[in-house]
Amino acid sequence: MIVRVLYFAWVKEKVGVTAEEIDPPASVATIAELIDWLKERGPEFADAFAKSEVIRAAIDQIHVRHDAKITGAREVAFFPPVTGG
Amino acid sequence: MIRVQQEGFDIGAEIAKLKAGRSDIGAIVTFIGTVRDQHGAVAELTLEHYAGMTEAELQRIEQEANARWPLQASLIVHRTGTLQPGDNIVLVVTASEHRDAAFEAAKFLMDYLKTSAPFWKRESGPGGARWVEAAPSDDNATSRWQKRAAE
Repeated sequence: MIVRVLYFAWVKEKVGVTAEEIDPPASVATIAELIDWLKERGPEFADAFAKSEVIRAAIDQIHVRHDAKITGAREVAFFPPVTGG
Repeated sequence: MIRVQQEGFDIGAEIAKLKAGRSDIGAIVTFIGTVRDQHGAVAELTLEHYAGMTEAELQRIEQEANARWPLQASLIVHRTGTLQPGDNIVLVVTASEHRDAAFEAAKFLMDYLKTSAPFWKRESGPGGARWVEAAPSDDNATSRWQKRAAE
């Protein structure tokens, strides 16, 4: 399943990528599993997602928890807790 | 209405636009968030955001406020890009017949915006640059509203 993944703020700086298309195996079904899979891609990903509990995620531009299913997702985003306002 | 923009905003002009042609509004509350220099530690503040999701979240928050309070108008303007101390960051305007709804809705909009709108602040100054960390007090402020809704 091809998914567009976006990274923001310090997550983006650590992985060194703004956006990319990825093709995780079908066994990767949730945000938590996608994070585990991403961490295997290289030291920069392992570093960015080291404290995965602080990472927030969105599927198709809606906030989701880490147990959310990524099935059918077009766009997944990873970012730190928001600090606007 | 919601807007995300790089340029600044004119509060007087925004209120005039919101009131134009109507005489049913009895109370208008405004909130403006501005860049602090934190005693010289911050020379510049850069706001990054998730274009598309930001607008969707702000609209959702505004709809929620309109569902909870009898508002006659509401406006959220949030800036992005690089700002200096003293610059405006965010504007919230709420209008209602009576003041309570306008005051409460304005606080609600800001509390929710702080914890759900996908903006990230990066400060830079004499000591270098750093991403601003989220304040636990912001989450607490949002959960107070959630508790009230559940009661």
